[in-house]
Formats: sequence, C-alpha cells, structure tokens
Amino acid sequence: MILGQSSSSRIVSHAVLVTGAIIMVFPFLWMILASLTPQSEIFDGSLLPTPTLHGAIDNYGTALSAIPLLRFMANGFVVCLAILVLQIAIAIPCGYALAKLSFPGRPILLVGVLLGLLVPVQIPTIPIYIALAKSGLLDSYAALVLPWIISVFAIFLFRQFFVTFPDEVLDAARLDGFSELSIAWRIMLPAAWPAVVSFSIFSIVAHWNDLYWPMVVITNPDMMTASLGIAYFRQAGEGAGNVGALMAGGVLVTAPLVSFFLLMQKHFIRGLVLGRH
Amino acid sequence: MPATLLLVALVIGPAILVFFLSFTNASLGLAGIQFIGVANYTRMLTDPGFAQSLRNTALYVAVVVPTAIGWGLLVAVLIARSRFAVLYRTAYFLPVAASLVALATAWEAILHPSLGFANTLLQLLGASPVRFLSDPATAIYALAAIGVWQLVGFNMILFLAGLSTIPEELYEAATIDGADRGLKRFLLVTWPMLAPVTVFVTVMTIIRAFSVFETVAVLTQGGPMKSTSVVLYTFYEEGFRFFRVGYASAISVSFFVFVTFLSLVQMRVSERRARWKANGGQ
Repeated sequence: MILGQSSSSRIVSHAVLVTGAIIMVFPFLWMILASLTPQSEIFDGSLLPTPTLHGAIDNYGTALSAIPLLRFMANGFVVCLAILVLQIAIAIPCGYALAKLSFPGRPILLVGVLLGLLVPVQIPTIPIYIALAKSGLLDSYAALVLPWIISVFAIFLFRQFFVTFPDEVLDAARLDGFSELSIAWRIMLPAAWPAVVSFSIFSIVAHWNDLYWPMVVITNPDMMTASLGIAYFRQAGEGAGNVGALMAGGVLVTAPLVSFFLLMQKHFIRGLVLGRH
Repeated sequence: MPATLLLVALVIGPAILVFFLSFTNASLGLAGIQFIGVANYTRMLTDPGFAQSLRNTALYVAVVVPTAIGWGLLVAVLIARSRFAVLYRTAYFLPVAASLVALATAWEAILHPSLGFANTLLQLLGASPVRFLSDPATAIYALAAIGVWQLVGFNMILFLAGLSTIPEELYEAATIDGADRGLKRFLLVTWPMLAPVTVFVTVMTIIRAFSVFETVAVLTQGGPMKSTSVVLYTFYEEGFRFFRVGYASAISVSFFVFVTFLSLVQMRVSERRARWKANGGQ
C-alpha cells in the first residue's frame, strides 16, 4: 500500500484514473471507429463517426490497395527482427565483458558506454548517411538496420544485470572448460532473460515506430517501413484527405505492436524491476 | 573486442566526425570541404530562424516534461492501490506502443479545425472553435499535448517498477511513526525511495521531449509560421533536405552538449539528494 485508504479518496482516485484512461484510449477508439466509417460521414458534425459495413470495406480496401501496406509491414517486421537479433548478439558479450572481465581500457569503455547513452540517436546520422550514400546502400535493408545494431542502452542494461551475478558460478564454469563466449551465451543470456524481454519490447517499439531514419535513407516506396508508409500514404494521391482509409491503415499498422505489447507487458515490468538492483 | 570496433564505427566515430564537420562548409553535392572555423556556430547564434526553433523546443519541453512526469507518477501511485490496476495500466500503456505516425493522424482528425471531436465538443459547451494545429498560437501546445499523451504511460511503468521495490516494512515503520495516511506517507516513504527512478525518468523524458520529431514531421512540418519548427526538425531540414551538412553538424553538436549538460546536472542533483537522504533521512 502506497497511500492509506479512505473511501472518499478512493472515489477521487478512481475519477482521476478513469478520466486519464479515457484520454489515453480515446484516439484509438476514434481511429477504429473512423476506419469503419465512410469517408463522407466522418466529419458530418456528429460527435463520433458512425461505422457502416460498406464504409469498413471501402476504407480497408483502399488502405490495402492504394499503397503496398502489407509490403510496408513486412519490411518493418524484417527490419525490427534483424535489428533486435543483432543488438542482442552484440550487447550480451559486451555487457558480460564490462561486468565481469578485467581487461585494459575497461573503465574508459564504461565511460564511453555511459556517454553513448546520452547521445541522442540523431547525432551521428549525418556521417552514417554519407557513408551509406557513398557505398550505394541507401534504399536497402542494410541502411535501415546497420546503424542500430549497437545499442548502448542494451549493453548498459545487460551489464547492470550481470554485475550482481555470483562470481563463483563463473569460476566453476571456467574450471569446467567453458570459454568466455560460451559463458556469455549459455550462462549469462538465460540469467538476463527478463532484461532481454524488456529490451526487446523497447527495441521493437522504437524501430517499428521510427520515422526519422527511414525518412532519411528511404525514398523507394518498395523499401518503406510501416511508419514511413503511413506518412507517405498521407501525402500520396489516394491517401491524401481520405481519413477513413488512413485510419484503416493506422489500425493495421498499430494492431500487431499493441497486441505484442499487451501480451508481454507483465514480463516487461518484471524485467525493469529486476534490472534495478 | 570486435564490439568495441563497432561502437567506435557507429557511435563514437560518427560523433567525432560530426564535431569535425561542424567547423567546415561541408555540403552534400559540393565537392570540396573547407575549414570555416566557428562560422557555423556564429551563424546559428545569429540566425533568427534557429532562435525561434530553440524557443519552440524550450516551450515544448517546459510543457511536456513536468506534465508527463507528474501525471505518470500520480497514475503509478494511484494504480498501485487500485483493484483495477491491470485495466488502468493497460489503458495508460497503449499510447507507448502505438505507431505515433498513425495515432498522430487520429489526433489531427480529433483536433480538426471545424468538425473534429474536440471542436464539436467545445461548440456543444458553447465555446468558439479553436484551430489547434493551424493557429501559430496553439500549434506547439497541441503537439505538446500529444507528446504528453504518448509519454505518460512509459513514465508510469518506470514509476510502478520503482514502487514495487519499496519494502513494505518502511510503510509499517511509517505507520508506527504516525504517518499512516495519504500525503504524509507519500512524502515520508514513497517520494524519497523513488528518487533514483525519478532521476532516470526525468532524464529520459527530457531527452525524448528535446528529440520531438514524428508529430512535427507528420502534422505541421514546422508550421504554421515556424511556430513548431523544433531543433531536431530544423536539423533534419538543414542536413537532409537542404544538405547543409556543416551547419546541421553544428546544430547537432550544440544539441548534444546541451543534453549532456542537462543530464549531468540531473545526476549531480540526484547524487546530492541521495547523500542528503543517507545522512539526514532514516
């Protein structure tokens, strides 16, 4: 119990929570309703859009046919997965080394990681953009994935997890002939599982929703990710002004992530709690 | 470690390059690069457009940071004692996972100048309609409202995680000391115990508020009348639309220095608070 309880304060607190919750959920509700409503009736002066069957068919039909929305989503899926796998593959050994191995330069590296945490992602993008442009990689999966495979945040998070791990277990593993890398993969990775889950959610959400970087490196519609695709849909011929179809696209793009998030939210919180020792 | 090399290649190297580029007239499409000293920085300091984007960003941050933190904390504390915790948590959590580009479009429709939900409601209540996103006086606040909407749930989750680590005995001790209710309990136990989380939340929120981009790019493109041209959007336009690489680099270096400075101040303050607590508290 964080606060003491009395029935009047409980009513006030529910009122506050419900009001806020309505504000949080309302745009989703509106998006879903508008995605089911004929374009001409969305702004007819009534408070909420009134769904009809043919409105729904129209809007979702337009969203799926006017732009390659499924292709955008597939691109987004590939990019997010590739980024996540590479981030974890790199961050686990890094975090382990920073937490448990002593080697020259470790303190400097640790400071580097902490500084890296502070660098807003947009800062190094100009040289990376130039490098990608020079090597002819713009408009490719590589351009979308490569700049993000190092996650300083992941390294930091995993290091925090590994620091408290008992050294005796590691020494025993070494005596059993484990190499440092196999310790990282077969002992540390399972131990850090909650942090891995939390981080995965962070990473997937961030890259599925990122608009900035795809906007910089992608101009070919075939390579667009979901977020960029929706932004592009707003401006491209049939999407412009077609709020119903735009909202249908929005529902399709939002649904996978929100369902994933809802499924994982318990793990997400546990990962954060365990990470804070 | 090969990972060190990657870190250098993808984070540190480019950051150093950006620093170097900020003293040149580099421009994509322009062949030679010349050192021009601090010209980019003096231009930045004297450019009224940049001053405007600084003001816009400051305004945005000033609205978003305290609101998103305060609201997130309030919700976390209230949820922690609610029977409907899961339901509330899910509701507040939704915007965090949402595709901001898609939901920004929903917000745009809700804030539609004449027929959107917000204005229909205002008219029902007898007020005159507001052109939220197309009026230079309100556009940045409308974006800030969307920013708060998106951040509250994230902050709430971090605070909930922090709350769950507070040992129950502290509350029992507080009760014995006579702090058995509401605000007293909160100030005596919860708030000090949450200090480290609060620092983390504050730094994250500040950085995210300073980095506002999606809603600007999708909804206003910096307009109307430059009222929403925030620093990162200006950087994007200079670097990737006008290809003034040198100038854009100067903007990003200043941005980095500023964010780092803020984070260091935050850490210093929190350290002092922690030490004060260790000496005086308990």
